[in-house]
Amino acid sequence: METTMSTKAKNGLGVVSIVIMIWTLIPLLWIIATSLKSTAALADPSQNLFGNFWPKHISWDNYKLIFSGGASDLFLPALWHSIVVCVVSTFISVVLATFCAYAISRLNFPGKKLILTTSLAVSFFPVIAMVTPLFNLWRQIGLFDTIPGLIIPYLALTLPLSIWILSAFFQQIPWEMEQAAQVDGATSWQAFIKVIAPLAAPGVFTTAIIAFFTAWNDFVFSSNLTAQSAQTVPAALNFFTGASQFVQPTGAICAAAVVVTIPVVILVLVFQKRIVAGLTSGAVKG
Amino acid sequence: MTAVAETNKGKLTAEEKAHLSDRAKGERNLGWRLAGPAFVIMLLVTLYPICYAVYLSLFNYRLTDPAGRKLVWLQNYITALSDPLFWQAFTTTLIIVVVTLVFELVIGMAIAMVMNRVVWPRKTLRTIVLIPYAIVTVVSGFSWLYAAQISTGFFNRWLHFFTFGGFSENYNWFGGRWSSLTIICLSEIWKTTPFMSLLLLAGLAQVDSAQEEAAKVDGATWWQRFTKVILPNMKAALMVALLFRTLDAVRIYDNPYVMTGGANKTETLSMLVGTETVSRVEIGMGSALAVILFVIVLIIAFIFVKLFKVDLTTSGRS
Repeated sequence: METTMSTKAKNGLGVVSIVIMIWTLIPLLWIIATSLKSTAALADPSQNLFGNFWPKHISWDNYKLIFSGGASDLFLPALWHSIVVCVVSTFISVVLATFCAYAISRLNFPGKKLILTTSLAVSFFPVIAMVTPLFNLWRQIGLFDTIPGLIIPYLALTLPLSIWILSAFFQQIPWEMEQAAQVDGATSWQAFIKVIAPLAAPGVFTTAIIAFFTAWNDFVFSSNLTAQSAQTVPAALNFFTGASQFVQPTGAICAAAVVVTIPVVILVLVFQKRIVAGLTSGAVKG
Repeated sequence: MTAVAETNKGKLTAEEKAHLSDRAKGERNLGWRLAGPAFVIMLLVTLYPICYAVYLSLFNYRLTDPAGRKLVWLQNYITALSDPLFWQAFTTTLIIVVVTLVFELVIGMAIAMVMNRVVWPRKTLRTIVLIPYAIVTVVSGFSWLYAAQISTGFFNRWLHFFTFGGFSENYNWFGGRWSSLTIICLSEIWKTTPFMSLLLLAGLAQVDSAQEEAAKVDGATWWQRFTKVILPNMKAALMVALLFRTLDAVRIYDNPYVMTGGANKTETLSMLVGTETVSRVEIGMGSALAVILFVIVLIIAFIFVKLFKVDLTTSGRS
């Protein structure tokens, strides 16, 4: 089909693609640009280029502010909480989901469909509906504003997703190869390590990235179930203050936003193909 | 072992049958032992809070006054459903859902078709389009907030420039309900359209290109091919994408929270549950609102699955 397309049509689509890419990139470029503006440039459009978009002089003040300056008391602990909570909940979910997905794709037992349907259904629960009962319970048993008090609800975000995506990945694995390897003289351990693990690892890895990202993105749980000592970055951004109380925290918020965004963007772009496969696995055959 | 059992499948003796069912039983046990922990924990962290919310919603209960806790049955629901504030949040949520869905569907479909046909820059486009998905929702909220603000932003300046001065540089987007909702919807559309277009692209890939060619040869216009060949062939993917996005949009929280904090009648249902619970510590009322939101989501899912016949398990995979 592509060969029959005229050069004109090709170029036309190319131009449309570039427009789409610009629309996609502008908000990201904008937040980077804002994080590089000095306090003076944030208040004065004449110090910026392209209609107040890009600063004439790049300033790293905002990054200094969040890493060693006034905002670091808030940002650094929040960054640490984000990492700990997301890594732990992703790890627990992916380990549990790996066993579950293995059973679903390899063994025949009643209830397989029930597990899959439930995991899809609960991933669409409005998360805020879980906040009120958990808020009450956590207050009573002392889990409010603690790391475990955030990891548990994060499992509600990551576990159903992991089960669903990983089952889709595992169902595409040619499991017969394990037996074939054994017939060829490999022990079952060798067959697992040499044949099955390399086939399953990419699926597990992709699921982990998607689950981690879902947890990393959370704002509902973290803004309602924490106060100070377990707050993650998305919630903490709302509590930033400027260099003095008369200065808007705009620059610091943007710098912190860039710090938490860029690693994830890079991760997603590098593993783009697998992540798309994982995200669409539940929706359409393919 | 399996191979032996399979080659003899035709002529099973009673003894072998008993042996097989033993095997099946073993498989069943192992299956549940492997899948059970994940399943049980998933139910514990999701279903248990919902059930607890249903229970709490029957009480008049403030966290600061545990002694005053009183069973009021459905009073909280009656109060909520007769409160104009609830209906205002309901309308706001509905507007956001409908507006974002329409735009996401149209733009998402357009992007999917471009991604499907484009020759250059094919790979770059497919990669770049994922960026909004990879950005934390709160961050995208702040980005659009600062872009639209008068002092820090560029929106007004660009609009001023492109309308040759027709648009005021001092327009306050966050001064009114509709302009605030415009920015909230824009940011939401920007953030989630790529996901929509990926789902639709996967559906487009299933459309038989021979059928499309045949329609072309028969003299069908572009629009006829689109509505008569492409859309019917990807109906399943379209419906699933629509269901996913609707359920996601109904629980919108991050974006309006960051941008307006609910000012100018932009509070959504999820935000209402949040303020009722955390700021006012009205656990009973907060739970009732949470249950109402939950029921709304159930109704939407029910409509999709029953009326539009979206079959998630079979359209999922073969």
